[in-house]
Amino acid sequence: MFSEYTSSELVSIFAMQGFAGLILFSVFVLMALGLAIIFGQMGVINMAHGEFMILGAYMTYLTSNIFSNYLPGFYGIYFFIAMIVAFLAAGSLGALMEFSIIRHLYKRPLDTLLATWGISLIMQQTFRSVFGAREVGVTIPDWMMGSVPLTEMVEIPINGIFVMCLTVVISVSVYFLMYKSRFGGQVRAVVQNRPMAGAVGINTEKVDRVTFGLGCGIAGVAGSAFTMIGSTGPTAGQLYIVDTFLVVVFGGASSLLGTIASAFTISQAQSTMEFFLSGSMAKVLTLLTVVIILMLRPQGLFSLKIRK
Amino acid sequence: MKFKFVFPTLKKISAYGRGLLSTLGIIACSFALNTANAADSVNSTGLAVTDDTVTVGILHSVTGTMAISETGSVQAEKLAIKQINEMGGVLGRKIKYIQEDGASDWPTFAEKAKKLLVRDKVAAVFGCWTSASRKAVLPVFEQYNGMLYYPTFYEGLEQSPNVIYTGQEATQQIIAGIDWVVEKKGAKTFYLLGSDYIWPRTSNKIARKHIEKLGLKVVGEQYYPLGHTQFNSVINKIKLRKPDVIYAIVVGGSNVAFYKQLKAAGIDLRKEKPLLLTISVTEDEILGIGGENIEGAYAAMKYFQSLDNPNNKAFVKAFKEEYGENIVIGDVTQAAYLGPWLWKAAVEKAGSFDIDKVREASPGIELTTAPEGYVKIHPNHHLWSKTRVGLAQRDGQYKVVYETEELMEPDPFPEGYQ
Repeated sequence: MFSEYTSSELVSIFAMQGFAGLILFSVFVLMALGLAIIFGQMGVINMAHGEFMILGAYMTYLTSNIFSNYLPGFYGIYFFIAMIVAFLAAGSLGALMEFSIIRHLYKRPLDTLLATWGISLIMQQTFRSVFGAREVGVTIPDWMMGSVPLTEMVEIPINGIFVMCLTVVISVSVYFLMYKSRFGGQVRAVVQNRPMAGAVGINTEKVDRVTFGLGCGIAGVAGSAFTMIGSTGPTAGQLYIVDTFLVVVFGGASSLLGTIASAFTISQAQSTMEFFLSGSMAKVLTLLTVVIILMLRPQGLFSLKIRK
Repeated sequence: MKFKFVFPTLKKISAYGRGLLSTLGIIACSFALNTANAADSVNSTGLAVTDDTVTVGILHSVTGTMAISETGSVQAEKLAIKQINEMGGVLGRKIKYIQEDGASDWPTFAEKAKKLLVRDKVAAVFGCWTSASRKAVLPVFEQYNGMLYYPTFYEGLEQSPNVIYTGQEATQQIIAGIDWVVEKKGAKTFYLLGSDYIWPRTSNKIARKHIEKLGLKVVGEQYYPLGHTQFNSVINKIKLRKPDVIYAIVVGGSNVAFYKQLKAAGIDLRKEKPLLLTISVTEDEILGIGGENIEGAYAAMKYFQSLDNPNNKAFVKAFKEEYGENIVIGDVTQAAYLGPWLWKAAVEKAGSFDIDKVREASPGIELTTAPEGYVKIHPNHHLWSKTRVGLAQRDGQYKVVYETEELMEPDPFPEGYQ
C-alpha cells in the first residue's frame, strides 16, 4: 500500500502519525488522571466525571466571554485564567458533592455508581437549562490555533503541543502531590487502612473530601483544555466517559503509573490502526484487545502488590 | 335539544313576546345545529377538533443528546403555529399544541407518538429529527393512521402514506452540490468522510455512484463512530491522498472536533486546497464549531439564513423577535417551519381535518410563502425544492454562491444508487 508514495512522503507521514498518537496519549492521560485518583484512591466509580469536564469547558466559555467584553487587551492569555477557574469550580463542586452525598455511601460502592450517575444526569440538565441545549462555541486565542510547519508535509498543531505540555505539568504535579508531599502520604495511608490512619490522627474525612475535589478539579482542567479540540454542549461529557474508564481500568485501578502506561498503549494502538483501517474498525479492534488482555489479567496492567 | 329546553319557559310570556322569542330560539337552535354539522363534516374520525380549536402534537427531544439539534425545530414549529393563529387559524379554528419530549430515546418516541394519536387524538404531529426516531414512530403512525411532518434532510429509501417529508432526501442534497464543484471548481478527486450510521453511509454511496458516473475518482472513504473526537489520523490520510474535495458528512459533537483539528493541522479551508464540501453543517452547528474554524468551507443545503428574498427576510425577522437577536436558523429549522403551513394548506384544500382527506389533498400543495422560496408537495410525499451551495463566513453565516435554476424533483428511491 506504500508503493504509490515517495520515501520523503512516507517519512513525514510517519512523523505526523507519531505525533498524532502522542496528542491522543496526552488527551487520554488528561481525561483519566482525575478519574484514576478518585477511582483508584477512593474506590468511588464517578460516573459524573465527564460532566465535571464539561463544567470546566463551560467555565472556559464564560471566562472567554468576560475577557472579550471587559478585558479585550488580555484576551490572548485568558485561557490560563480559565483553566484555574475551571479547576476551582469543578474542584469545589466535587468537594461539595463528596460532602453531601458520596461520604454517606463509602460502605456501599455500587450505590456510589448509581448516585454519581444520577448526579451526571442532574448536571446535564442544569447545563441545558443554564447555557441552552445548543452547543456553545469557545473562541480560542489566535496564537493557540494553527500549526508550525516543519517541512512542506509535516505540520505540528500548536494546540497539540499545548495539550502535551499541560499533561506533563499536571502529571508531574500529581506525582509530587501524591508521592512526595505530606498530603499524598495521608491519602495513601487512608487508602491502605482507614481505621489505622484515623487512629494515628489523620482526619480521614477531610482527606477524602480534598482527594475527591482534586480529582474533579483535574477533570475540570481537562475539560477546559478540550475546548480546543472538541465540542462544548450539555451532553458532550458522554463522549469522553467510555474512553476514560477504559484507560483507568486497563491501567489497573489503583496505580497512577498504570493509567499513564495504559493511555500510551491504547492511544498508540488506536492511532496506528486508524491510519491503516477505518475509524470504526480501529475502535472495535482496540476494544477487543483490551477485553482480551483484561480477561487474562483482570487486575489491569499495573497493580499494587498487597497481601490478600 | 336546546329548543325543547327553551320552549316551556316561553309559555309563561305574553303572546307577542312569545312569537318574537320563539323565532329567536329557532334561529339559535338552527345555528347550533349548523355548527354541529360543520364540526362533523370537517372531522368525521373523532380527532381533537372543536368548534373553535384543533389540537396538534409536537414531538421532539428537548432533553438528551439530540436536544442540541431539535431545539430549533421546536422553535420553528411553535412560531408557525403562532403565526397561523394570528391569521385566524385553520378552517376558523385556532391551533392548540401538545408538546411531548422524545428524550433522545427511540422507544420513548414511539410511546409518545402513540399517546398523541390514541389519547390526545391530535390532527397532525410535527416532529422527529433522526432517522432512528422516525423509523421508531412509523409503525405507530401507520397503525393508528396519523400524519407526521418530518423536517430533517435524510437518506431517503422511504415513503410512507402517513409522513410528509419537508426536508430533502439524499439525492436533492448531493447530486447538484457535486455537479457544482466539478463544473465550477474543476474537482477531479474526492475523499468521502462520515459518521458511522445510515445517513452518512447512504449519502456517500449516492455521492460515490455519482462521482464515478462522471468519470472522476474517489480516493478514500472513511467512517468514524458517533461522538468520535480524534481526527488527527484521518487528517494525515487526507494530506497524503491530496484530494481536490473533502466530502464531509460528520455529525453532532464530532463536527466541532473535526473542524477544529483540521484547522490546527494547517489545512486552511479558505485556500480551497483541498476544498471542503459538507451536507451536515448548518448555521446551528457552526455555533458550536465557531465561524473562524470553518470559514471557507462549502455546504450544499436547500436553505441558508442569508437567503435574499422577501419571504425569508420576514421569517428571519419574526424568528429573531420571538427568540432573541442572536438566534441562528439552519436548514432543518426552516423545513420544520414549513410543516404547519403545509398541513394548513392541505386541510383547507380538503375542507376537512380527516387524515385520509388531508393525505389525498397533499400532493400538489404549493407554498409560495416558504422562506426557501417556492415549494410543492410531490405525490411521493417529499418536497420539490432547490439545492443551494453556501460558502461559510467568519460570522457563522453562509453566503449563497450557487442555486439550481429548477426545483429538484424528490427521488427517495434513486435507481442504481441503492
